[in-house]
Amino acid sequence: MKLLAEQVSKEFLRENRAKGTNSFFAVQETDFALEEGTLTVLMGRSGSGKSTLLNMLGGLSIPSSGRVLLDGNDLYALPDRERSHQRNRHFGMIPQGQTALQSLTVLENILLPYSLYGEEPDADRAEELMQLLDIGSLRDAKPAELSGGELRRTAIARALIRRPAVILADEPTGDLDDENTAAVFRLLKNAAGAGASVLVVTHENDAMQYADRLYRMHAGVLTAE
Amino acid sequence: MAKKISLPLRNLTGKPVRTAVLISLTALLTLTVLAGSIIVSSLRQGLHSLEARLGADIMVVPYEATTKSRLENIVLQGNTGYFYMENALYDKVAAREGVGQISAQLYLASASAGCCSVPVQIIGFDPETDFTITPWIKKSYGKPLADLDIVVGNDLNAFVGDTLTFYGVDCRVAAKLDKTGTSFDTAVFTNQNTIKALIRSSVDRKMNDFQKLDPDKVVSCILINPADGYSVEEVVNDINIHVKKVKAIRTKEMISGISESLSGVSDITVILIAAVWLLGIVILLLAFTMSVNERKREFAVLRVIGSSRGMLASVVLREALTIGVIGGIAGAALALLIVLPFNSLIETQLGLPFLLPAAGTLIALTVAALLIAVLVSALASALSAYRISRLDPAVILRGDQT
Repeated sequence: MKLLAEQVSKEFLRENRAKGTNSFFAVQETDFALEEGTLTVLMGRSGSGKSTLLNMLGGLSIPSSGRVLLDGNDLYALPDRERSHQRNRHFGMIPQGQTALQSLTVLENILLPYSLYGEEPDADRAEELMQLLDIGSLRDAKPAELSGGELRRTAIARALIRRPAVILADEPTGDLDDENTAAVFRLLKNAAGAGASVLVVTHENDAMQYADRLYRMHAGVLTAE
Repeated sequence: MAKKISLPLRNLTGKPVRTAVLISLTALLTLTVLAGSIIVSSLRQGLHSLEARLGADIMVVPYEATTKSRLENIVLQGNTGYFYMENALYDKVAAREGVGQISAQLYLASASAGCCSVPVQIIGFDPETDFTITPWIKKSYGKPLADLDIVVGNDLNAFVGDTLTFYGVDCRVAAKLDKTGTSFDTAVFTNQNTIKALIRSSVDRKMNDFQKLDPDKVVSCILINPADGYSVEEVVNDINIHVKKVKAIRTKEMISGISESLSGVSDITVILIAAVWLLGIVILLLAFTMSVNERKREFAVLRVIGSSRGMLASVVLREALTIGVIGGIAGAALALLIVLPFNSLIETQLGLPFLLPAAGTLIALTVAALLIAVLVSALASALSAYRISRLDPAVILRGDQT
């Protein structure tokens, strides 16, 4: 599926007691296309606006201007329920930080996207991903028993469980060692190879070697390399 | 095959201590409202029952009995006692203008000595004129009472066919009355011939305070309903002005003390229920808010993987409803287990007429308490559910990154 951003921008209001309320643009008006079968890497320093752009692309953050089109359909023209369902069916998102649900086991966390809409879970796919990400032995463990890297890999498996058409990964290898970082990028590269549109937001230079396309972001301005 | 995941249930079982505290709190709220409602309802029912059992608007008693407390002790508190006045006074009262239905009763208290099976208040009524006790007895015993037959109140440990002895006279239990929640539950009822025989025997055994008493020439109490066109007030005033040695009392006035006590107990119960609920609702509100706040990141993750705003709110509400249902059932069961088996003890402690409502009313009260528990849980979580449905997952997950 093709994901297209047309003139999207994101403006935030900042409360300042001394100066009153003022606004700033986390993302300036930007055009961006995420093509099928490609792995796109977006690099930039912390605070450059890359996560904000990723969230707008994923239907999580309403742009201040512009449109996000999924196969030509305006994502933000859909009601929340429908947009959420689209995200569940077509998007695999890997947010920053630890994102496991504490009351569920590793396997249940991975299968959670199926549960939301009462669908039959694909246990074989879960097993396959757990083996690839080396967390097979942790299937029944609770998040509190896992290391940061193991939690990260659980989140990656959860994002990939439904073989999504669009994968949006925000610093997916932040907590991982070199070996696991390489494994994750290989996994994402394979997904792109299978036809997915993959965007990886990172500030790690190692990611460049896996990129089909490379972008940089600085102070809310996106530039292609 | 992986099992279907119920997030609300998993969230509740994942935090067993917090869940147990919330369920206990909801149970306590349900317990207070149901137990309180049953008690208030039983007191009201008891008062209505007492009014119905008195059955007459006016009681006329010998003046010395009105040292009113003596009469009240017998009629309202279930103590035993007796007093008498001459038959002639009955005729004088009956002749007054405005007197409609009228019937006399004779009282006797049995002793706790060996001559009597149990110490009880014995009330003899005249089946030919009685309009207060006969309709009530008819529900339990359809025939006229034969001589030496008695009807016993519900709280007495005697059953149909048993023989109870009073002052050496054997009496057969012909019927046992339904519970009224009043002092009549510990009384014995019989016809005029039987009570006169018992009074004679008590006098013969020198066990009666009135040693020269001829039961054929006395009555204890005269019950009156005014004739059409006359008010209770008019008839009471007329008797008190024109008939010496007696006192006419409005029965409503006699039970006004009970009404006031009942109103006091009801008010205190309602205040207690309100205080417990106010406290409980505040704690529930805080607990749900804290619980949702500490899981904000988890809710943001649910948005990321495809939950709609409504689905997030539904998770919070379903957690609250589960707590409401389990806590409500536990609290209701506890309230019924406390109030139903110990209703006699509560009656004794309160010292007021106390009659449990009918099964239908009890079921309705229980269902209402359960609904209130569920509703309050839902309301307490509604604010959290609304706030969580409005959260911006991008902001929550971003932390201090942009």
